[in-house]
Amino acid sequence: MMKNNYWKSIEEKEGKESMEEMQEQQDSSMMEILANESNNKASSRRDFLKWCGISFVSATVISACENPVKKAIPYLTQPEELTPGKGIWYASTYQNGNEYCPILVKNRDGRPIKIEGNYSSAITGGGTTARVQASILTLYDNGARYQQPRKNGQAIAWDEADREIMAQLKAFSAQGRKMALVTPTLLSPATKALISEAQEAFPGLEVVTWDPVSPEAIRKAHLESFGNAVFPEYRFDKAKLIVSFGADFLGSWISPAVHARQYAATRKISQDKPEMSRHIQFESRMSLTGANADERIPVKPSEQLNILMALYNAMARATGNTGIDGPNVDYDVNALARDILANRGQSLIVSDHQSTESQVLVNAINAMAGNYNHTLLTGNPLMTGMGDDTGLEQLVSQMEEGQYAAVMFCNSNPAYHFHNQEKIARAISNTELTISFASTRDETAETCTYILPDNHYLESWNDAMFKEGHYSLTQPAIHRLFDTRQMQDTLLTWMGHDNDFHSWLKEYWSTNLFGKQSRYPDRESFWMHSLQAGVFEHPVSPVVLPAIRTAAATEAIQKLRQHVAQNTGTEFLVYPHLSLYDGACANNPWLQELPDPVTSVVWDNFAAVSPAFAKANNLSDGDEIRVGNKITIPVLIQPGQADDCMSIALGYGRTQAGKAGDLVGSNAFPLIRMDGTTRLFDGQLGAWEKAGSRHRFARTQTHFSMEGRPIVRESTLDKYRKDPAAGNEIRAYHQKYALTLYPEDTFEGHHWVLMIDLNACTGCSTCVIACQSENNVPVVGKDEVRRRRIMHWMRIDRYYNGETDNPGVVFQPVMCMHCDHAPCESVCPVAATTHSVAGLNQIAYNRCVGTKYCINNCPYKVRRFNWFAYANNKAFDYHKNSEFGRMVLNPDVTVRERGVVEKCSFCVQRIQEGKLNAKNERRKVNDGEIIPACVQGCPAGALVFGDLNDKNSKAASLIEDSRNYHLLEEFHTLPSVGYLTKIRNPKV
Amino acid sequence: MISTSIDQTLVKGHKNYGQITDELLANTEGRPPLWWLVGIALGGLMLAFGGWAMYTTVTVGLGTWGLTNSVAWGWDIVNFVWWIGIGHAGTAFTIFFLVFRQKWAGSINRSAEAMTVFAVMCAGLFPLIHMGRPWLAFFILPYPNTRLMWVNFNSPLFWDVLAISTYLIMSITLWYLGMVPDLATIRDRTKNKLRKTIYGIFSLGWDGSLYTYNRYETLLKLLGGLAAPLVISVHTIVSLNLAMSVLPGWHATILPPYFFVGAIFSGFAMVLTLMILMRKVFNISDFVTEKHFDNIAHVLKYGSLVIGLAYATELFVAWYSGVEYEIYTFFNARVTGSFSTAFWIMVVCNAIVPQVFWFKKARKSILSLFVVSVIINIGMWYERYVILISSLAEDFLPSSWTVYKPSIVDIGIYVGTFGLFTIGMLLFVRFIPVIAINEVKPLSRIGKENKKTEKHGE
Repeated sequence: MMKNNYWKSIEEKEGKESMEEMQEQQDSSMMEILANESNNKASSRRDFLKWCGISFVSATVISACENPVKKAIPYLTQPEELTPGKGIWYASTYQNGNEYCPILVKNRDGRPIKIEGNYSSAITGGGTTARVQASILTLYDNGARYQQPRKNGQAIAWDEADREIMAQLKAFSAQGRKMALVTPTLLSPATKALISEAQEAFPGLEVVTWDPVSPEAIRKAHLESFGNAVFPEYRFDKAKLIVSFGADFLGSWISPAVHARQYAATRKISQDKPEMSRHIQFESRMSLTGANADERIPVKPSEQLNILMALYNAMARATGNTGIDGPNVDYDVNALARDILANRGQSLIVSDHQSTESQVLVNAINAMAGNYNHTLLTGNPLMTGMGDDTGLEQLVSQMEEGQYAAVMFCNSNPAYHFHNQEKIARAISNTELTISFASTRDETAETCTYILPDNHYLESWNDAMFKEGHYSLTQPAIHRLFDTRQMQDTLLTWMGHDNDFHSWLKEYWSTNLFGKQSRYPDRESFWMHSLQAGVFEHPVSPVVLPAIRTAAATEAIQKLRQHVAQNTGTEFLVYPHLSLYDGACANNPWLQELPDPVTSVVWDNFAAVSPAFAKANNLSDGDEIRVGNKITIPVLIQPGQADDCMSIALGYGRTQAGKAGDLVGSNAFPLIRMDGTTRLFDGQLGAWEKAGSRHRFARTQTHFSMEGRPIVRESTLDKYRKDPAAGNEIRAYHQKYALTLYPEDTFEGHHWVLMIDLNACTGCSTCVIACQSENNVPVVGKDEVRRRRIMHWMRIDRYYNGETDNPGVVFQPVMCMHCDHAPCESVCPVAATTHSVAGLNQIAYNRCVGTKYCINNCPYKVRRFNWFAYANNKAFDYHKNSEFGRMVLNPDVTVRERGVVEKCSFCVQRIQEGKLNAKNERRKVNDGEIIPACVQGCPAGALVFGDLNDKNSKAASLIEDSRNYHLLEEFHTLPSVGYLTKIRNPKV
Repeated sequence: MISTSIDQTLVKGHKNYGQITDELLANTEGRPPLWWLVGIALGGLMLAFGGWAMYTTVTVGLGTWGLTNSVAWGWDIVNFVWWIGIGHAGTAFTIFFLVFRQKWAGSINRSAEAMTVFAVMCAGLFPLIHMGRPWLAFFILPYPNTRLMWVNFNSPLFWDVLAISTYLIMSITLWYLGMVPDLATIRDRTKNKLRKTIYGIFSLGWDGSLYTYNRYETLLKLLGGLAAPLVISVHTIVSLNLAMSVLPGWHATILPPYFFVGAIFSGFAMVLTLMILMRKVFNISDFVTEKHFDNIAHVLKYGSLVIGLAYATELFVAWYSGVEYEIYTFFNARVTGSFSTAFWIMVVCNAIVPQVFWFKKARKSILSLFVVSVIINIGMWYERYVILISSLAEDFLPSSWTVYKPSIVDIGIYVGTFGLFTIGMLLFVRFIPVIAINEVKPLSRIGKENKKTEKHGE
């Protein structure tokens, strides 16, 4: 055979025989064997072997035909800076309305795969939020992103759309007709400058700034109180006493990532610094922030205002000012006032109330407490909260009357967010020219004539100034995926500019910012360095506030009294959701499936009611209620909820978000009402009734008590000062009596450990999304979560203690403990899960046959099983079922097959990378060089990863701390994850 | 020959060997009766349901089951342990017969062994199908490979594989070798050429000579001796799957003896159920007499006491240990909590109901025997359910506590194993004499030697 082939190939080379002929000959040789077969009378062993050979070869050939088609295309010319298999990091900035976060984008092989915080930022210091981490998924959301410009639902070319629109805009300008551009708060100075230029180019163009969830009352209140509409910078880190009236500053209020970092700084304690802040929270719902408070007072919204007024009164009297006839409240405000004054300049009073009046009172109290210029800085005011509720209200009314010829919506979705949905729908239909710059599908865009899709921010150029003098840049991390165009470029085109926004931005920075620094001599290097660092800061002349106008508070109280008097009976409160916020990112399945840390509900919102209210009204979990004709929503009984008050998260009930976000939960925006100049998020609930139907929530945790087990160990500051091991006494016992027959394991080289400071952890769940993003963790959907099969590698456990009307709440992040005596390892029959020499508990996915014994034997239940194929499966139609969505997958982490077990690996891919980098540079791994995704994402710095064998590492020192304990340490599993006890600071 | 006091009249009536042969071969000769065809059809239906469920499991994934992130073993392992338990009786009977020379077991051990073989087959299905990737099940076998991957000898699951496969091989061997002389009898009697050939092959050239008998008896005794430890090993090793873990309610040294007794208990109950049914449809009441049932009922009564003692011991040890997790599992989850219904069903069915066998009336009534035997097997299923699920569903960290409910696929697979078992047993009764003729013939003389007891029997 070999000989034949050899000659044949030579002939074929000479062109004498074609491939087909050769094939034919080969076939005929096969046929000969078959023919011989029939000629022979009896079959011999030789023939049997021949038959076997033929079948084997054919089977091989046939199976070889089904080789998967791989679509990896190599570079024709390799870019210089690109090494396959190595990530490139670009500094950029996440901004979405009021939300702001300087980030680093990890690119692998040309596509962004992970977002992390930018450590260079003085504002966030590397912290992120779950929404920032998850925003990368929206980039690849080909289902919801608009992929080309459209007119009345039909695709249209950019130049054609431009031509039509420019003609109309010019005509409207010439006719002197009014036009409007609706935007949320714009943090970008360059964009703002561009828009004002556009206003000059198109006379009659108005800009309406409007945020669905707006802290504008704070700005307005400063105008009232001080005559200067500044937005102060809150410094929780400088406060020893924090009093919050409903402000969920760790979860959703203004800038949680920043606050979490500051707050954690006052909560981290050690024997060197046995001090921490005291945090008092008055609130109606059980918020993440309230759950972290030292003292939490659940009161309904109107009562919050009463307490605020009473506190003002007490403060005024205590400081020798004229008080008012304060409302009688069931709380000792005089004692609180004394505490505040005892911490002069070191307290901070915040409120999330939407009314200007309440914020005026907050200002007055802060001023009396001497907090301005200490914990409330106005030197570099924030640029957030620029929205104006009245602006949109007027616009919508006038649009309804047909006064506007053209309205453009930029990153703004009033058709969903506006409280009166019929009115906004009429307004849009009564406007001649409606344009939406939406990048992903939304309710407003769907009703507009033109949809001119904006880029995703990871495809865009932009800048941002969250705080006066603190700039950062957004740069594209990928070429635009679809036929989209940045809104700024669109405006430039209409204005007749030739250059794009990139050069415009560069020009803007050279003109306005280059002169404000002296480090870089030329404009180009200034630009390049700013771009590389992502942030640029320059000193600004501080805003000096004039003396407070005391009359403002007295006026405010008049109004607030009226407001409170109106609210009788059951009240409601709507609030931005921790992960979905106002619902703009509702189509992001990561965020939908992020368990709400307090309720552990995913894929739903609900009307939270107190256990007493539920009992009185005969409600049980999942009973649906109808409030007027505004909303139908299931009830959830929430311990710690203020009595006689329902709170409902915003951001749900989208109708045009995309397949993941549509019709998930109920839209609570219709409950909002306009009161004077601002929209109020609370008020009288009005008539409600049981709808008769029931709903089953998908919750990741259903048992809320620790059953008296020492799982989260807690103590108070007082006790801690006396004994640093307070609350952790049982550890000494276990250490003393822990016996083993076997020699203790030793780890040469590295021994990785993760330390979690339960005092710094706020439960914000950013780590969960960071982990999901880094480790390709699948989304499983509502039904699968109902079956308790969420795939997250780490979870935030939450336990209640004490009374149901106002329980104590503790959070505990739980991931694989990487036990040195791992119960999972000894039971795997195929040795698929083993221990590494560096103390890691690892799984060889290829070896796993899925007996699930390890899952059962894991005392921490952190192992996850691939119940289904989560990738390429129509039943799980999330990002992993789409070619675009799969681009977000981290190539360093295997996508797990159906039937195998997976779990936290301590981000072993990062450990390997860090070790290799150190090895290439011939040095030891530095402490803090290897950072798992959860540790990186944590805005509070509650997680510390390190090498126990490096005695100087932070983790090694923390593990020696008397607060350290291990979960279920009595079983001598020797976990590599340690927890530092939670210390609260209640008033003695 | 040792004759014990319970070796009383084991074959009723004064039958000669020819009569015995005729009566016991009746079921294998002639046309299949209607009930048999109906039974096969029913079994086929159940098997089809199970087939669908297994197909769904393998093609769609284990997510079609009711398992959760915390309860990773559910009905699959409950049913596995239950079937293994049932499968215990056959070998136990053989050991009784061959090693302990309990002659009364002679007429039952054939059916009991058949039951064992099919029950172990049903049981073996579960560990296979409960794997996430059953197509890689061979990873669990210690075979030489180029990757130099070896199995984990520390894992009880690996011990399980060895124990079950050894047990299956052993019980098939015993069962088959035990029927060789009877197969030869059928071969010799049949006129059908095809039957003659087939039975001829399987009777291994049996010639009925004294020499053959001598060797045969020796072989059986040796095998019986070898099989004896297996009866103990298989279920204790199954229990080690639980006992070697860290979970409260599983991690207990009492589990091996407790599971062993439980297995004998449920196996005997199942034998009782089946023998009552067989006695109903076949004319074998002279060979499987009330005396046999009486003996089994005694075993069940004492088994029940031991089981009850095991339950009480478990509770006591949990309390005495002072370990809060153990105390919670037993007293909060099982006795009073989410699993209390199942727990009390288990206690009543296994520890209380069989105590009626203290009364002779209950032991003599076929109806009460039948009902109690079925109740025991229900109780034993609940026992496995309680042990397995309660420990998983409510273990150490309350955050992970879940509720477990089986899905239609779980139920389908369970029903399917009943189908497999039914069809297996029906084929067995159709083609093989349900009572070992060669072993019954010597027994038929025991009563005749002892006139007194014969009178008593009549």
